[in-house]
Amino acid sequence: MKGNEALAEAAIRSGCRHFFGYPITPQTEVAAYMAKKMPKIGGTYLQAESEIAAINMVYGAASAGVRAMTSSSSPGISLKSEGISYIAGADLPCLIINVQRGGPGLGGIQPSQADYWQATRATGHGDFHVLVFAPSTIQEMVDLVGLAFEKADAYRMPAMILADGMLGQMMEPVSFPEEAAEVKLPEKPWATNGHKGKRPHNIVNSLYLKPDQLEKTIVDRFQRYETIKATEARAEEYLVEDAEIVLVAYGATARIVKSAVNTAREMGIKAGMIRPITLWPYPVKNIQKAAETAKHFLCVEMSMGQMVDDVRLAVNGKRPVSFFGHTGGVIPAPGEVLEQIKEIAGGVR
Amino acid sequence: MLEHLGQVNIVTGHYGSGKTNLAVNLAADLKARGEEVTLVDLDIVNPYFRSADFAGQMAEKGIRVMAPQFANTNLDIPALGPEISAAFSGEFPGRVIVDVGGDDAGAFALGRYAAEASRRDYRMIYVVNFFRCLTREPQEALQVLREIEAASRLKGSALLNNSNLAGETSPGDILASIAHAERTAEAAGLPLWGTAVRRDLAPKLGKGSFYPVDIYVRPPWERP
Repeated sequence: MKGNEALAEAAIRSGCRHFFGYPITPQTEVAAYMAKKMPKIGGTYLQAESEIAAINMVYGAASAGVRAMTSSSSPGISLKSEGISYIAGADLPCLIINVQRGGPGLGGIQPSQADYWQATRATGHGDFHVLVFAPSTIQEMVDLVGLAFEKADAYRMPAMILADGMLGQMMEPVSFPEEAAEVKLPEKPWATNGHKGKRPHNIVNSLYLKPDQLEKTIVDRFQRYETIKATEARAEEYLVEDAEIVLVAYGATARIVKSAVNTAREMGIKAGMIRPITLWPYPVKNIQKAAETAKHFLCVEMSMGQMVDDVRLAVNGKRPVSFFGHTGGVIPAPGEVLEQIKEIAGGVR
Repeated sequence: MLEHLGQVNIVTGHYGSGKTNLAVNLAADLKARGEEVTLVDLDIVNPYFRSADFAGQMAEKGIRVMAPQFANTNLDIPALGPEISAAFSGEFPGRVIVDVGGDDAGAFALGRYAAEASRRDYRMIYVVNFFRCLTREPQEALQVLREIEAASRLKGSALLNNSNLAGETSPGDILASIAHAERTAEAAGLPLWGTAVRRDLAPKLGKGSFYPVDIYVRPPWERP
């Protein structure tokens, strides 16, 4: 399947029956697939009049307790940011997909990872986080969509799949878990889905009239974030144990890096890779552990260097951290990454 | 495979069915036997993985490549230059291979050249990968073909089975897909020209109508 199609099918199989979207390259196949499939299974596919409308429809659907999602690409996510903040402020679960393209501004339509800061630091105004999952294969796109819905429900917060144009557009074989007759969704006693005279009114809201009341909701939410940081961070480690040079990369870039690491190993250079699977919470412990033994870190991204901030925070000055990247839709080549590794290896030895 | 081709050979099919890889192979094979070839990238619906990606490689072989003016730029504008019409009309020597965008959405652009193609000896090849999620069954594949024909205002000439699971394709997968291809061809009332297979798998398949192809379309981590 194509990455974008796999995202859509995985969402359907996770019980999502409400999709609100707006077309933008390179994620349009998500919406196109939903448009074809949703009517056949009694779901709702709605092409909204804008990205802003789509995210606010997600806000409404999520309030009613259903699994709702939207997808877009970089400029579209910027438009959605107000709605994402409202959803986070109202403690609602939903799934937002960002198939990143080049920015800033209208930018370009080729793959990019320049929305890392936006996804992990500032998906909208105010004090909040969203869960950010970064798949690196089409199969992982499938797996992480299910996990993202599950964790969003568990913590009552938005989750994001941060992919890129390469993953969205490329094709790989995937397998899906056996299709259950009906996906069992968790109870949502807070949902505004009609009290039927059996319970008090539920209210979904992000407006608090008194500052101390608002502060308390935020502090409570940040306590949950601490639990999430302690338990939900995920990463893949590849040949890290004896590595002198540890590369850090996520998404499609991690596959380019893996290819370079393999060649470096063939040349006798002890290189390894940490691939963050969650970007928030960040897999700090994996980096810290590697910093005990590795001599040098190299972060590779399709940006001017955004995730490298988190690598530096985790390494905390213990080891040098270098950066290599391309941006604007230019994809780093395995050979270029290898050159960087070789250069560092010259210094390491 | 090449013996079936006409003057203008149009490669159509569902998104991701393998049209680009096939079009590039056909162009390269025609050139290798000494023919003049023009490869037209007519995809205005999909920005990635397209014939224009191989313009350099094709030019090195001496193949003329034409593409939408803004292909592989950051402009998502479906602008097609006048030389494409000239290629359809036979104003360049040799044969033409046309790589069309996926589904009926991609085939609309082809409709612009229906008149030119109809005046020539054209073949519209319908490529199917039965492992693709929306064309798993012959009936689904047939429906996509009919939609492409309606959008392009041209008739399919033949089916080409391109069933694969990329790097995970086994000879058994390919052999199992042939019955699907035969049923689809029969339902469509079209001949089945054969099955395209990765070159290294061809010797493992025994006798049959197989077209060995090289893999040009690859993700960045499989490139140097």
